[in-house]
Amino acid sequence: MAAPLVLVILVAVTVRAVLYRSSLAAFISERVEVASPLNAWKRVVEGLALLDLGVSPYSGAIFHETPLIIYLFHFLIEYAELVFMITDVLTAIALYLAIQDFNKVVFKKQKLLIELDKYAPDVAELIRTPMEMHYIPLKVALFYLLNPYTVMSCVAKSTCTINNTVIAFFILATIKGSAFLSAVFLALATYQSLYPLTLFAPALLYLLQRQFIPVKLKSKSFWLYTMQYAALYLCSLVVIICLSFFLLNSWDFIPSVYGFILSVPDLTPNIGLFWYFFAEMFEHFSLFFVCVFQINVFFYTIPLAVKLKEHPVFFMFIQIAIISIFKSYPTVGDIALYMAFLPVWSHLYRFLRNIFILSCVLIVCSLLFPVLWHLWIYAGSANSNFYYAITLTFNIGQILLISDYFYAFLRREYYLTHGLYLTRQDGTEAMLVLK
Amino acid sequence: MLAAAALLLQLLLLGAAGAGRPPAGRDALREELLLSPLPAGGLAATFQFRTRWDSAPQRGAVSHYRLFPKALGQLVSAQGVRELHLALTQGFWRTRAWGQPPLQAPAGAELWVWFQDTVADVDKAWKELSNILSGIFCASLNFIDSTNTVTPTASFKPLGLANGTDHHLLRYAVLPREIVCTENLTPWKKLLPCGSKAGLAVLLKAERLFHSSYHSQAVHIRPICRDASCLAISWELRQTLTVVFETFSSGQGKKDWSLFKMFSRTLTEACPLASQSKIYVDISAKDKEKELLEVTPSPASVHEAIVQGEKRTYAVYDLLSPSLFNTSRSLNVQLKWKRPQDSSELSTPVLHAQRYVSGYGLQTGEISTLIYNTHPYRAFPVILLETVPWYLRLYVHTLTIITKGKENKPSYIHYQPAQDRRRPHLLEMLIQLPANSVTKITIQFERALLKWTEYTPDPNHGFYVSPSVLSALVPSVVAMKEVDMEQSPLFTSLFPSSDGSSYFVRLYTEPLLVNLPTPDFSMPYNVICLTCTVVAVCYGSFYNLLTRTFHVEEPSRGGLAKRLANIIRKFRGVPPL
Repeated sequence: MAAPLVLVILVAVTVRAVLYRSSLAAFISERVEVASPLNAWKRVVEGLALLDLGVSPYSGAIFHETPLIIYLFHFLIEYAELVFMITDVLTAIALYLAIQDFNKVVFKKQKLLIELDKYAPDVAELIRTPMEMHYIPLKVALFYLLNPYTVMSCVAKSTCTINNTVIAFFILATIKGSAFLSAVFLALATYQSLYPLTLFAPALLYLLQRQFIPVKLKSKSFWLYTMQYAALYLCSLVVIICLSFFLLNSWDFIPSVYGFILSVPDLTPNIGLFWYFFAEMFEHFSLFFVCVFQINVFFYTIPLAVKLKEHPVFFMFIQIAIISIFKSYPTVGDIALYMAFLPVWSHLYRFLRNIFILSCVLIVCSLLFPVLWHLWIYAGSANSNFYYAITLTFNIGQILLISDYFYAFLRREYYLTHGLYLTRQDGTEAMLVLK
Repeated sequence: MLAAAALLLQLLLLGAAGAGRPPAGRDALREELLLSPLPAGGLAATFQFRTRWDSAPQRGAVSHYRLFPKALGQLVSAQGVRELHLALTQGFWRTRAWGQPPLQAPAGAELWVWFQDTVADVDKAWKELSNILSGIFCASLNFIDSTNTVTPTASFKPLGLANGTDHHLLRYAVLPREIVCTENLTPWKKLLPCGSKAGLAVLLKAERLFHSSYHSQAVHIRPICRDASCLAISWELRQTLTVVFETFSSGQGKKDWSLFKMFSRTLTEACPLASQSKIYVDISAKDKEKELLEVTPSPASVHEAIVQGEKRTYAVYDLLSPSLFNTSRSLNVQLKWKRPQDSSELSTPVLHAQRYVSGYGLQTGEISTLIYNTHPYRAFPVILLETVPWYLRLYVHTLTIITKGKENKPSYIHYQPAQDRRRPHLLEMLIQLPANSVTKITIQFERALLKWTEYTPDPNHGFYVSPSVLSALVPSVVAMKEVDMEQSPLFTSLFPSSDGSSYFVRLYTEPLLVNLPTPDFSMPYNVICLTCTVVAVCYGSFYNLLTRTFHVEEPSRGGLAKRLANIIRKFRGVPPL
């Protein structure tokens, strides 16, 4: 398996290197879909230039990266392109290893459930075989590395690729079962962009499952493990934040980074829902709707944890997707991360209802984004509504894609336990509805 | 009872007596008018009214006002102001065509104030001061707030007496969008001791003044030495008004000027309250033999001075001298060009600058400033102050300064980045200009999308960027003597020069007009509904998937609609569903 992976990595690195040297690199760096105020490379360079001038980068409203990025790029600014290519490759390798391990876990669990006779008798075609699961890790790495979104994100040198790497390492650590490393990487991911806080729940559920601790609210071992994991996570977070304090000897970065993410003062257009909403918001309701939109990201966690407690990795996928869609400054790099997981659920293909329309919607919207941006900003013949409309359509496409996969997943689980060929009481073929 | 009444009466008398004797208050008014023909054929008229008040206004104490206007005196004492400079300008001084300006002001309204170090909260005092001035001068100075106020560190030094310059006591703001009109001229004229009824202020008629290419009125208040020994402080109020008339704006082809032609008035008397009232006409000629201008009536005296590095000759008319109004009751100074001007006589000023914005589209842009040093062999440094509003996000790593094709590193940079909706960008640099060179300073910016309520009612007009300030000590071609402040005409005394080899110049560049991307202003409800619909789509789908489970669908006996349909079918005689 290593050889095809190396080949894929080589191809990906070549594509990126070619694009770096072409004139497209400058064009892609300017795209608002790829670079947001939170992760644009121009702003990282600006922050370092301010530091050179003796002014704190957080004294203005340009730089919203964490101090660790300053630490990192203060020394590596010459090799920036290499750094971003390496992070992409590391992400792909981490996802590859994680999915390889996850496949083993899935197969083991399936074997256990078959032996325990939990499955209905006629579901043979739904059972997954090692043959079919053999190429999934490679496909995941391929999906991530050669996804145009990832390539554009890397060529634009958006720090979203670094966020993706940290989350990928977190997933690898969780699936491998190391609670300590998982907590450290989760703390790092939360420190970078705040929203991965919600990934605490799926990671906890997975680790509990691995330790064979049942998730019951009355169980003492459940609470003990949860407290341990939470303590590891919070301590690493505190340590990282204190280390950041010592960079510039001030807490200025907290309002500049986290205050910025939460209060959304910058209305630069992007592919998300926040910018136009708050550009057209009545001042009186601004605070209320900021709170509503931010809560919207976090509040799916508990219901999903209740519903998907047996399937924490799928839960993690849904959670990452929800973060990518509803975060305050999304970019295509965030989307690339959850799209890399789609091959893992390729066995759900037969239950997906709208996959053709949704993929068409996503492709067409991705192509229309630069066109309508040009018409609004450069040609002046369209106005902001055109770009906003494509934003809405793109987000609806993503939301329906995720809920489609969720539906397919739940449906397959139902079929596994109740049988694939369902009949009604009078013998005719049954229809499944959600009630 | 009687004793109490007697005591009260005595106190009142003492009080009255005390009020009758002002605390050593003596004030003097001097008015001057300087007429300088411009190289391109126009004429610049600069009025200056200096009121000197030999008293120190105490906070809270009642002062006696005679010539010094009470509104300004109370303002200065209440807000703890040490120096105040307010200028309202319409038009732009074309340095290349008109030469070095005597005292330039940026287009719009400019206000900069040094506060006393006894002021506890400078920002609060600044806010109150701008609001009070807005009321006094009928200008929208109340729009001055933290988003357009900066604290420069090097460009502005106190022009009056000062001990110590703590820059936290300085505030500077420019409103480039401000329009100057008769409404602003009238309160300005009211501050003059004679109003517009006598003296030189008689010439200030609005319909002629605003029919000009450049109009700038300013108020400067500063503390000065009372005499040469400088043991006591006086307050000086200097009101200046500069107006430029050009041939095309006067509507007639001939370039001969007269007071009547410019102001549609002539002078009949000096202001009775003035201790000095003079008119200076600049009759300096490049070439001594060929005289350029002929002035009638012939002047009583001729005064020579070195102003802004050049030797100038002035014809002086003293309105207080009794011989002036002997022949005619009114004075109408007339200037006739004796010969047409050669273009070779146009001298380019030593320091001039221009600024423009480049780029296309509404996403990014670039501000470029070109500074010209035309001195043949002397290099000198210049301090550039740029204030850019927060919605044009400057990227200081794109700042490049190029002189003669090579990079020119500034020896001092002070950059304060903007905070959204709180303060603007402040960039101050000390740049060395080599002799006979052009320096190009460029910086890139990104345009922000604002909230729909933050746009002006005419958003597609664009947003103004205030003019940048260039301050320099320009080396003069001619050595200047120690200037006698009382005698020299006008502005050489506003900027003290420490040595005779250079003079201080403050230039302003053009204001810039930049377009920002606009949202659709007609759509707030639509946007809120549509975005909430998208969020609701997600919420709805997830709610269904999370709260409902799969069930095999049992055939229903038929809902109400089906039963109704069956009843109708029975009536029709068609088989039921």
